[in-house]
Amino acid sequence: MTANKKKLGLKDKYRYLTRDLDWEPSYQDKKAIFPHEDFEGIKITDWDKWEDPFRLTMDAYWKYQAEKEKKLYAILDAFAQNNGQQTISDARYVNALKLFLGGISPCEYQAFQGFARVGRQFSGAGARVACQMQAIDELRHVQTQVHAMSHYNKHFNGLHDFAHMHDRVWFLSVPKSFFDDARTAGPFEFLTAISFSFEYVLTNLLFVPFMSGAAYNGDMATVTFGFSAQSDEARHMTLGLEVIKFMLEQHEDNVPIIQGWIDKWFWRGNRLLTLVGMMMDYMLPNKVMSWAEAWEVYFEQAGGALFKDLERYGIRAPKYVEQSTIGKEHVSHQAWATFYQYSQATNFHTWMPNEEEMDWLSAKYPNTFDQYYRERFTFWREQQEKGERFYNNTLPQLCQVCQIPTIFTEPDDATQLSHRSHVHEGERYHFCSDGCCDIFKNQPQKYVQAWLPVHQIYQGNCGGADIESVVRDYYNINIGEDNFEYLGSPEHQRWLQWKGLNPAVAPLPKAS
Amino acid sequence: MSIEIKTNTVEPIRQTFSHIRRRFGDKPASRYQEASYDVAATLNFHYRPQWQPDKLLNDVTRTCLVMRDWYAVSDPRQYYYGTYVQTRARMQETTEHEYAFCEKRELLGRLSDEQRARILRVLVPLRHAELGANMNNSGIAADGCATTVVQMHIYSAMDRLGIAQYLSRIGLLLDGGGTAALEQGKQLWLEDPLWQGLRRYVEDSFVVKDWFELSLAQNLVSDGLLFPLIYQKFDETLSAEGAGDVGMLTEFMRQWYAENSRWVDAMVKTVAAESESNRQQIETWIAHWSARALEALAPLAEISAGGAAFASVQQDFLARLNKLGLNIQ
Repeated sequence: MTANKKKLGLKDKYRYLTRDLDWEPSYQDKKAIFPHEDFEGIKITDWDKWEDPFRLTMDAYWKYQAEKEKKLYAILDAFAQNNGQQTISDARYVNALKLFLGGISPCEYQAFQGFARVGRQFSGAGARVACQMQAIDELRHVQTQVHAMSHYNKHFNGLHDFAHMHDRVWFLSVPKSFFDDARTAGPFEFLTAISFSFEYVLTNLLFVPFMSGAAYNGDMATVTFGFSAQSDEARHMTLGLEVIKFMLEQHEDNVPIIQGWIDKWFWRGNRLLTLVGMMMDYMLPNKVMSWAEAWEVYFEQAGGALFKDLERYGIRAPKYVEQSTIGKEHVSHQAWATFYQYSQATNFHTWMPNEEEMDWLSAKYPNTFDQYYRERFTFWREQQEKGERFYNNTLPQLCQVCQIPTIFTEPDDATQLSHRSHVHEGERYHFCSDGCCDIFKNQPQKYVQAWLPVHQIYQGNCGGADIESVVRDYYNINIGEDNFEYLGSPEHQRWLQWKGLNPAVAPLPKAS
Repeated sequence: MSIEIKTNTVEPIRQTFSHIRRRFGDKPASRYQEASYDVAATLNFHYRPQWQPDKLLNDVTRTCLVMRDWYAVSDPRQYYYGTYVQTRARMQETTEHEYAFCEKRELLGRLSDEQRARILRVLVPLRHAELGANMNNSGIAADGCATTVVQMHIYSAMDRLGIAQYLSRIGLLLDGGGTAALEQGKQLWLEDPLWQGLRRYVEDSFVVKDWFELSLAQNLVSDGLLFPLIYQKFDETLSAEGAGDVGMLTEFMRQWYAENSRWVDAMVKTVAAESESNRQQIETWIAHWSARALEALAPLAEISAGGAAFASVQQDFLARLNKLGLNIQ
């Protein structure tokens, strides 16, 4: 044995502990071993140029993650033991959690399996290992989220069948189709969609609003999950940036393909985040910031700098980015107005903002709220006070791509609904925007397959002769508990009891 | 004497999630149950995979075996992410201590040149086989269905990367911190005739399409013969020669194998017991891959623990299969 110690640098050592484990196969054709790597047209000339976005060996991973888990579960236990659900700001807050558990947690699971696939399919071992770590992290996130919400489920409605609902309920097809879209794409598009567009560009608009919302509303369980997942998210973001730079540096032919994906996934992400915008502006009793402010800070400023940086590779800002700048002042109001009308078919409650909340919205949206939305909301509240709470009993037309009802307005005219349509092989398809219509036109064979909940109900594929039986028997929504208006709901009454208030005299918010 | 702290009890309106209640009844559920059952999507998928248009996402036909419910397979260790990482963190802490001790006392310096060469030849090339196991298990985690099944495979995938890294550290120790032993090990893996059977087995496993067959080829057959041969029998051989210190560096693998076999056995037993056709298919696959594995490992047995030891490993393996209700000659 050689007595003199030869010290390897950290970077080299990590290389020997990861990608040096790999070898050139000779008993099987490399293309047979990695069959998904070529069909998207991305050219990789040298996987060895992959820069490890983080250097974490398994022993260190186990150690750090175990410490984080131990702390997290200690807090979750304490939260349950001390009835933490009673010290949140207001029971209305829990509706944000219903949206999160049904809409996001099952997507974390999809991300787990998607990353496990690319963690097998890339022929570069460095990239595979980074993706596998994200795979198991995503499994962590879905499981810790389920555990964090488990206690809420014991005391609130609407959380009880989240995964069943994710596969069926109309608005949950928005996040589900987003992740189905990414997972059914090739490995490079998957990473552009999830690692780059979602994790790197948009994560702060999903993760931060929910976790800050939890912090502002006394939800110790969820905010602790948020802090615990923060360092995982940081790793995922560095992977997202490395992925995009690596592909762009490998071959100039990759640039237009990646630009197309960035355009597509930016727009899909922008539409998906409408639900988060609605949550921030309407569902949080204690508000963190407005959706428009969040979009400015986390997308316009941070994203602006990023796309400036990517210019040197020939990448420009995503197509229709200017429409998102206009839309940020409208989408949360349009979405809440829609969910308010369709509360009979959701697993969470809705309500009209009270006077103070309307004033906050006016202040945060000086160009739009008073002009386009306040009057409608005030009218609905007055109707409600007269005992005529409005529910819309027709089913809305959905966008073929993002699957949100076509509720958005024209970028240049907020009094006109935005509607696009396109004929493909003799069938007419409908869209909410130019962005979604373009996505369809680029891959019609993919988007004609979409499982559109409204179509499916009308075709009789969701059981039930009427909407109520679909909601009850197909969605497993407990009628009268999970759905409808918040005011006067069993959940509202239970909250008043906890707080020592008499449910019988619970005041309705007065219209001005 | 006991003291009693008065707390404010609030009666819950339900004990657990509805999907957990449907399976296990209306009672408080364990964290394993809430984390592991019925979270994965099962229907109403929007698009067909561009990389496999004849299947859906989460398609149960990615294996030809049929289960009424894949969640019938469960993990006897009851691992969800939190319990998994905490168990491994404890194991790695002990392992770190052993490696540090070995390094500090320069225990490998007491090996004879012949022993050191033999350890290099037997242990170091295995880091590549471990990477193969890592890839296979990650692929199964993507292809399989039911969280109870796929989570065991992703944990295993990460374990195998960890084992590959421990083996690499043995290589570094053998060269006093340098990379010569790792480079030599890789040459052996690529060119030494003794290693070609195993390398061919691993590369052939990479193109197996049926995820359950792949799990058998990797986690039951290959591991079931290789781990006892190398980490038990070869370790005994070294101990008998007075080179037992090396055993400190492979203790993780022994402990891990004993634990990991538990879920592999539980899975195979449950799936084979489901139907006669499952059992027959499993037996056919095992017969095929066992023959290949025996052939691949025979030359490695010769340079490690010897033919007699390998014969007893085979006997134990057959006994294990019989215990699982499988009839393999």
